[in-house]
Amino acid sequence: MSIVFEKPHALTDAPFHYCPGCTHGIIHRLVAEAIDELGIEGKTVGVAPVGCAVMAYDYFACDMVEAAHGRAPAIATGLKRAMPENIIFTYQGDGDLASIGMAETVHSATRNENITVIFVNNAIYGMTGGQMAPTSLPGQVTQTSPYGRDVTQCGFPIRVCEMLSTLDGPEYIARVAVNNVKNVRAAKAAIKKAFENQIAGKGFSLVEVISSCPTNWGMTPDKALEWVQDKMIPYYPLGVYKDRSAKEETK
Amino acid sequence: MPKLTFKTDLCKGCGLCVSVCPKKILKIAKDKINKKGHTPVEMTDQAACIGCAFCATMCPDCIITVEK
Amino acid sequence: MSDKVLMKGNEAIAEAAIQAGCRHYFGYPITPQTEIAAYMAKRMPKIGGTFLQAESEVAAINMVYGTSSAGFRVMTSSSSPGISLKSEGISYIAGADLPAFIVNVQRGGPGLGGIQPSQSDYFQATRGGGHGDYHVIALAPASVQEMADLTFKGFDLADEYRMPAMILADGTMGQMMEPVTLGNYVPKQFDKSWAVTGTKMQRKHNIVNSLYLNPEELERINFERFERYKVIEEKEAMAEEYLMEDAEICIAAFGIAARVSKNAIVAARAQGIKVGMIRPITLWPFPKKIFAAAADKCRAFLSVELSMGQMIEDVELATKCRRPVTLCNRAGGMIPSPEQVLAAIQSVAGGLKK
Repeated sequence: MSIVFEKPHALTDAPFHYCPGCTHGIIHRLVAEAIDELGIEGKTVGVAPVGCAVMAYDYFACDMVEAAHGRAPAIATGLKRAMPENIIFTYQGDGDLASIGMAETVHSATRNENITVIFVNNAIYGMTGGQMAPTSLPGQVTQTSPYGRDVTQCGFPIRVCEMLSTLDGPEYIARVAVNNVKNVRAAKAAIKKAFENQIAGKGFSLVEVISSCPTNWGMTPDKALEWVQDKMIPYYPLGVYKDRSAKEETK
Repeated sequence: MPKLTFKTDLCKGCGLCVSVCPKKILKIAKDKINKKGHTPVEMTDQAACIGCAFCATMCPDCIITVEK
Repeated sequence: MSDKVLMKGNEAIAEAAIQAGCRHYFGYPITPQTEIAAYMAKRMPKIGGTFLQAESEVAAINMVYGTSSAGFRVMTSSSSPGISLKSEGISYIAGADLPAFIVNVQRGGPGLGGIQPSQSDYFQATRGGGHGDYHVIALAPASVQEMADLTFKGFDLADEYRMPAMILADGTMGQMMEPVTLGNYVPKQFDKSWAVTGTKMQRKHNIVNSLYLNPEELERINFERFERYKVIEEKEAMAEEYLMEDAEICIAAFGIAARVSKNAIVAARAQGIKVGMIRPITLWPFPKKIFAAAADKCRAFLSVELSMGQMIEDVELATKCRRPVTLCNRAGGMIPSPEQVLAAIQSVAGGLKK
């Protein structure tokens, strides 16, 4: 008998503080598995966000930096420019990356900073108790959109992958989900590729992971995953939005 | 025969593993409470397990180890 | 290059930073400090360093946070409105106990203000500037030579005490050209075992962080940090004393205000008024002891500032209001003339005779 599945080495023994059924834990594991498989834990530095994943620095076994809200890509830029041989990743939520940190996101992408960005989109501010996010769906009820997101007042959700893929800068932009086994496996492959790109010096790689928030959506964990499938994915289609190297190879 | 091990004390009873098990051999033990105060997952028929690791793939808390 | 060269104050800072081993500069354009960025943009690529024009001051200071986390000497420079934007990052840097070197070539405010010289960011620099209990080491050069010397000092102090150090200059100091001697900096070694350079699978992970959800722990860390601040206040406060031996009136002035005041002091002495000056070189830590000692023998203080009166409060605190303290000021980018300062000295002296 041999072990075919266990907690990856790049995660510490600290139990996750996330709510029951929150898929942050799955995404943490996928990142850690990629780090393990690529053998880069010893030279990886992660940057944690402000939001639900604020304490990610306790969960990843590699060196970690805690960022101010939205500033993770700037901090990652500072780390990578000083230590080009190290592997730098950020782990950010939708409020962090697509609202307060949008400038840092867009500009690190357009500079093609050789970093890996893991973007967790669950369409809500979870840590502060369920407020409207830049990615909340039209009509979505949240604490700060109690009558549903009114797009005439607060605008439309931002599709980050589509927007960033219009830039010449970034190397790889993909959207995945973790709502079923098949999608989790595809998410793992995309995340691993995002790290491989950095190792190969290809540049900015962002993987948006459609995630769930059972607590603030007010659903059971499995119903929340159904909502991902039925509501989130239609608005945020999965797929590779930009892959410069693959495109160049096919030319 | 595949073997599953659960770190039951870390289970939050979310049931995502239960919903993806193709053999329907996992359940949330409603009559038990773990250290964290959650009702944890339990295996109902170890012999029927095929070791597909779907449960571990969907577990957000990395509590499942699969051996084959 | 230990020969004398003619340089602008801003360029002297940039060259001194490079000589201090700083190989990473992150900035955003703002008048009147752009010579620093321009100098770095030219030099850094040639010496294997980083010059990066960030998307904002907010991003620039967070790039500083990142590079400092990795244990490297790093700097940013800006002017008043830009420093306000950087204050978020400076608070995080202070909270994470990271060294950083920051230059504020001040201009008039508030708001967009103007682009002429000012000292109205004194409160911001000496009280921390951002949220939370913290200080930055605030250094106030009054010559191009000091722009360089205090840059060396700033990097060393930042590394020694693991906190931000800031040059608080003004547009005049930045643009002024004077001969300056560089090349005498002797690098020191600092322990940076806290840096996030990768575990190499040989140690537990390092974490750079300012979040402590347990209030008892956060309180303990604040108290510990302020114990360090006490050491700094004890050991690092610096001031120049000018003609203070027999002074009855003591001028308090830093930077360009101190240079103007020197002219006025010479003129006043020619009229028989016994006036001297304490010129704080460190604004935080404020040279409290020197002012307290001066209050024993001087009968009045005159704070000369390019602001609506900010340092005057520290003079009053340091002297415990034992002597009258008067303000002589211009604001909004205007500089007091030697005649204005002389008139203020004469007025104070006249009051003493009554």
